Order: sequence, then C-alpha cells, then structure tokens
Amino acid sequence: MRDVASLTALAAALALVPLAGLPPFYETFLYLVFHWIVLATSWNILSGYSGYLSFGHGAFFGAGVYTTATLAARYDIPFLWTLPAAAAVAAALALAIGAVVFRVRQVRGELFALLTLAVTFVLATIILNTSIDGGPGVYLSAVPLPDLGPTASSTFYLLALALAYATLAIAYLVRRSRLGRGLFAIHDDEDVAEVMGVPTFRFKQIAFALSSALAAVAGGIHALFVSYVTVGETFSITVPLTVVLMSVLGGTRHWAGPALGAAAITALMYAFTAGDYAVAGKAVVGLVLILVILFMPQGLLGGRTRKQSQVAPGARAVEPPRREEQPEPAVPRAPAAVVLRVEDVAKAFEGVQALRRVTLDVREGEVLGLLGPNGSGKSTLINVVSGHYRPDAGRIVFRGREIAGWPAHRIARAGIARTYQIPRPWGELTVGDNVLIAAMFGGATRTSGAARREAARWLEFTGLAAKAHVRPDELNLHQRKFLELARALAFRPGLVLLDEVLSGLNPAEIDSAVDLVRDIRRQGATIVLVEHVMRAVLALADRIVVLNHGDVIAVGDAARVMEDPAVVTAYLGGPVHA
Amino acid sequence: MNLPGATLLGQAVLSGVFIGALYGLLGLGLSLAWGLLGQINLAHFALAFLGAYLTYHLATVGGMDPLVTLALIAPLFFVLGAAMQWLFARFRVSPLNSLLVTFGFTVIVEALIQSIWTADFRRLESGYAAVRFRIGTLFVPLPELLTLAIAIALSLAAWAVLRYTDAGRAMRAAAEDPPVARAFGVDERVLSYVVSGTAAALAGAAGLCLALSQTLAPAQIYAWIGVIFAVVMMGGPGRALGPLLAGVVIGVSEAVTMAVTAPSWAPVVSFSLLILLLILRPGKA
Repeated sequence: MRDVASLTALAAALALVPLAGLPPFYETFLYLVFHWIVLATSWNILSGYSGYLSFGHGAFFGAGVYTTATLAARYDIPFLWTLPAAAAVAAALALAIGAVVFRVRQVRGELFALLTLAVTFVLATIILNTSIDGGPGVYLSAVPLPDLGPTASSTFYLLALALAYATLAIAYLVRRSRLGRGLFAIHDDEDVAEVMGVPTFRFKQIAFALSSALAAVAGGIHALFVSYVTVGETFSITVPLTVVLMSVLGGTRHWAGPALGAAAITALMYAFTAGDYAVAGKAVVGLVLILVILFMPQGLLGGRTRKQSQVAPGARAVEPPRREEQPEPAVPRAPAAVVLRVEDVAKAFEGVQALRRVTLDVREGEVLGLLGPNGSGKSTLINVVSGHYRPDAGRIVFRGREIAGWPAHRIARAGIARTYQIPRPWGELTVGDNVLIAAMFGGATRTSGAARREAARWLEFTGLAAKAHVRPDELNLHQRKFLELARALAFRPGLVLLDEVLSGLNPAEIDSAVDLVRDIRRQGATIVLVEHVMRAVLALADRIVVLNHGDVIAVGDAARVMEDPAVVTAYLGGPVHA
Repeated sequence: MNLPGATLLGQAVLSGVFIGALYGLLGLGLSLAWGLLGQINLAHFALAFLGAYLTYHLATVGGMDPLVTLALIAPLFFVLGAAMQWLFARFRVSPLNSLLVTFGFTVIVEALIQSIWTADFRRLESGYAAVRFRIGTLFVPLPELLTLAIAIALSLAAWAVLRYTDAGRAMRAAAEDPPVARAFGVDERVLSYVVSGTAAALAGAAGLCLALSQTLAPAQIYAWIGVIFAVVMMGGPGRALGPLLAGVVIGVSEAVTMAVTAPSWAPVVSFSLLILLLILRPGKA
C-alpha cells in the first residue's frame, strides 16, 4: 500500500500545478503525458497481465471519442456526463467481442492481436459510413468546457491527471488482487490456470472491459481536447502501436511500467517535434525502441518484478503438516463410499475413439491405479474428469453432483485436482506464487493470509520451501514434479489425479515420491494414480483399473489384475487386435 | 444498394484481382518470415516502400527502366534482410519483441524516406503507366498486369522451392521443430539467413510494383499493414501460395463491395472475412 500512498501524494502535488500560473504549454505537454499514461496502462491491464496482446486498443479509444463527440456535439449532453457513457459503450463493446472470442481456445497470441486489429478497422468503417460521422468529421468547438481549472488548458490537465491517477490505482490494485494473480496465471499457461480453479473466461472479460472503459474515457476527454475528430485520425494505427511500444518499453509485468514508458516516449517525441528536427526525432524514437528491446527485453522496470514472491521464507516456519488439521480423516477401509463415478463416458477426436463407454468408480480414501499401454485413454480420461475436455457421452458424478460439461475451474473448486505428466508450472511466476495461486483459487481458503499459510505448508511438505523464490526453470525434473504435487495439494482436494508423477525419475527419486504419495494418502485424500512404473503401482494402489483402446478391460486388486489374460495380451501383445 | 451492370462488375472483379495480386506480393515475404522464422516483421512494409522510392529515384533521376532496377534492389535488400536476421539471432528476439524491433526500423526508414524524398506524394511516370488495352469490354492497365504476373511468378517459385528442393524441405522441417531438424543435419542458421534475405528481396519486388501502380508517400507505409496482415493470416503464415490466393479473395470482395455500395465500405468486407475465419477456423486461418 506504500505505493498507493506515494502515488496519491504525487497526484495531489501535481494537482496544484495550475495554481503556479505556468504558460499553457506545460499543461498541454503534461496533458499529453497523462493521456498516454492512461492509454498504455489500461492496455496493460488486459494485454500485459494476461498476455492477450491487443492491437485493438484504438477501437475502444475511438469508441470513447465518438461517444463523447456524438452525445456532446449533437445531443448537447454536458461533457462530463458523456464520459461515463463512453466508458459504458466501450465496456459493452469489449464484453460483446470477448463473449465470442474468449470462448475459442485457439484465438490467443498473434491471432487475438490480429482479430482486435480487424475489429478496429470494421468499427472505423461503420462509423465513417453511418451518421455517427458520415465522412466529414465532427466539430466539438461549440461544446462548453466545465470550469475545473483557471484556464481551458488547466481543465484538460486536471481531467487527464485525475484519470491517470485512477487508472494507475486500478492497475496497481488489480495487480495485487485475486484478479491480477489469475491474469498472470493465464499469461503463463491458461489451460493450467483453468484446471487450478481460475475462472479464466470471467477474468479475461473483466480485464478486457476495464481496459477498454478506461481507454474510452481518455478518448472522450481527447475528443474535446482536439475539438475536431475524424475517423482517419482516431482509428489510425498510431494508438495501438504506441501503447504497445510504451508498455513494453516500461515493462509489462509491472503496474507502473507502461506509465514510465508513456512518459519517456511522449517526452522524447515532444522534445523533437517541438524543434526543427521532427524527422530526426522520429528516427531517434525508433532507434531507442530497438536498443531497449534488444538490451532490456523485459522493459525498464522488468528487473524489479523478478524476485518478490508473496510466500515469504519467514512465513513458512508455520506449522509442518499436522494430522489433526486435516479436513477429512483417514476413512475406514471396508465399505467406502464412492467419491467419483464415471459412467459410460465416451470421447472421440476427429474419428479416433479415445474413450468408449468407460465406467469406473473411485472410492473414498483409496488409491486407484489406472494402467494401460500408451494411447489406451488414460490421459484422456484425466482430461475429461478434470474438465479440460467435455465428454461426448456419459455421466461423471463427483460427490453426488453431475460434473460432466462443467468448466474446468468449477470442477477444480468442487475438489478435483490434477498434476501434469510433463510439469506445466507457470513459468514467469516464482515457485511460491505457483503454489499460492493454486491455494487461492482451489477453493480451500477464503482469505489471502490463509492462502499464504496453505501455500507455505505444502511447499514445506514437498520439500520446496527453500526454492519458493526461484522460478520453475531453475528446478530439476524431480522438483518440478513435486511442484505439480504441491500445487494440486494446495487446494485441499477431495480427489487427486496424478498423471505419471514418477516418469523420468531415477530409482531413488521414485522412492521418495512413493513415500510422498503415501503421506498424501495418509492425510485422507483419494488418489487416482496413472503410472507406468509397475513396482510403484503395486506398492501404492489398493485397486487397479486397466484401460486398453479406450475400454476398461480389467478391474480388481493388483495381483489378480496383472494375471488377467486380457491385460497380459494388451501389454505383451497377442492376437492382432480386430 | 443498386446492382451494377455486367461490365462494371467485370471491371470491379478485374481490379480486385489486380489489387489482390499486390496484396499477395506484399504478404508473401511477410508470410514466409512469419511461418518459417516466427518473426512478425513490420519492417517489411518499410522495406517495400524504400524499394518503391528507390525504383522511383532510379527511374526518374537515373533514367533506368523500372523493371531493371530490381536487379540492383533485390540483392541489396537480400543483404539487408540477412543482416536483420543476424541481429535477431544475436539477441534472441522473441516473436512479440520482433514486432517492436521491426516497428523501430519502420519508423527509422520512414524518417529516412521523408528526409530524402519529403512527405509529398510522388508518382512514377514510366513508359508502362500510360499503356492500357482492352479485352472485350474490360480495360486492362499494364502496370497492374505486370504486378499480377510478378506476383504469380514469385509465389509459384517460392512454392516450388519449398516443396521440391532439399533446402525448402529443410526450411519447413526447421520451422516445425528446430532441434529435431538440427539433429538431422539441417543448418538452420544458414537457412534463416536465406529466408530472411529472400523475404526482404520480395519486399523489394513488391516495392517495384507499388511504384508502378500507386502514388507514394512516407505515411502510406502504415496504410497497408491491416489488410496485408489479414491476407497473411487468411493464407496461412509460411504457405507460399496462401497470400496470393487470400489477396485475390480479399481484393475481389473489396472491389465488388465498392462497386455495389460505396468505396468507403470496402474494409468491412475484408476484415469481417478475417474475423469470421479466425473465430470459426482458428487453427487454419
């Protein structure tokens, strides 16, 4: 919160500038700085935090420009009232676009960038050809300006300052909030974020609407500032390119990065265009950009975001796992209740039938080994149960609730956690934050303090406490597998799906992992164990289910199943499969 | 909305094909660099305009035939492209950052053009510009026809190289999985210089066509970015025939829209088409 306090103090001090009676030139220059700070910072809330690179920021800026221009110039609505309207129009536009685009899994990265750029041109063309503009542009010179400051330029200065302050405060608060953590998880690996309980669709929509609304308010103010708006100027490539430039220059992972970049580039451009060296100035901006990207690819503030993990090493001295704290005590063996029931579930990919009518039960407190040759459907089953894929047919009932077709984050919150065979940590976040985000979104905790304690505890449990501050790429495979476990356990799941946690480990590491799985089980979790390492399966599993070609071919206790002729055939080969 | 007559419609389709060929030619180098090197090269547009201005200069001041200027420009640009690739490899620039670095180059080139040729509009008055002939009821201008011929020839050549030569196969393999390609003895470093150089030389060729048929101004560099990216995406990055085909589809649909409604509606068609493609077939677009 110290950052917010100093930001507020700075804004308050800047609000006094008009009293100094400086020539309007300074206020106008600072107006432009604030204007670009708002545009760059608002862009960053979606694109920097979540990684959805938008080239459509001009569309939302333009929506604001034309909302204000239309309402103020044509309908004589007081200027200040047009600003919330501009924000609402842009937010509605963003939500409508997001409702379509964010549902398509593959529209990420460059595709999203391009799509938003295309939206900008479509919007511009519509405005140009309808009565909103119609071609000649809109004059706002007759629109009365509210008297906020002693002069017109100081009024614009104060408006832009207030908006810049609000935008930076929002960017800061989002960065620190659940929303921000969710967006950063989406940035690094969206599928994993969803499976760990982050409501990705809703978060993206919120960020998109917020980012667009702020840009639109800046647009509304700018419409009156320039007093004559045209489609060509408003929707040019300048806005989207400049905001990307400023944000990357300052650093997209820091809340203040885009603002720093905006101030630097605006000053640089102004310094040159003010003199006789406009052309040379342009070239210098280009050169600065190239040099910064080449030598500081993370941006000016990039280095400052590297370390800080929210899980402090001091905080992890809390409690080692204690049994009496467990939500679910170890369950007596014999007539255990069914936790998960998979019934006639089928899933096909472009004609390949990965699962055909699979039926199986997982009972409270047991370790169920899921075996089968490569391609038998084990991973597909995990992906279907955890909600990554929607089953084509069949029912999946978890603790009495039908979960087939639920979005993955809801399934995660209902209490099903999974790990990935090839670890998929969020690569730009620290090990500690990886676990913390899982604890925050998995549903076991309500407050951030509790989530922090929970994360510290599972880091300790998996022996990763000393690594809480490093990034996942500094871990070895063994540790990355344990990070997967820590993340899954941090949501206190009722059911854990372990997808080949042992593959790739050496014998000593396998032993320690087997012990860890035993510990997890002792704490009352129910485990589905997908595994190839046979001795580990035999040591851990109470029952075994064998899949082959998407069918369950055997169920039962370990020794009996391994002697089943169908299983022997599936593993060692037999008559050619018909 | 009033339906135009058959002649007007025919003329619209023809001019759509011509502008589509220019789109395709501008998109070709961009598409190859994107698909094969993972670079989003905004400087491609700057190079194309630099090429156009060089053609203009050599033809008006030096008195050269515009088509011959390509013999000077293409090798020069090849070296420029390879040098840029060296820079990218040296600093291991990510795709997003490649966008920004090349934007920096674009701004520098724009400033360079502006300081040499000023911000005024320039138009190349070559011997080709005046020639136009009739096929039936349709007018066919020679500069546009040359553009179409060059676009077809270069796209086919790029396609054939990628498909039938060992180097082309190696490029595609290296784009798909660099470590594996390297394990099989593909020297992807050399190939990346060749791809980047070729893409830049293609920008030179597109610049020649720009000079033949369009009015030039430094700020025009940015006017083409949107539609050319639409063409590249629609054609599929890295696919040699994609930009030309997508360019013609977009060009014709724009031209027909212009003929049926008003010219200012044209962008709606191309970009709506792109949006639909991205949403409905995101894997293929």
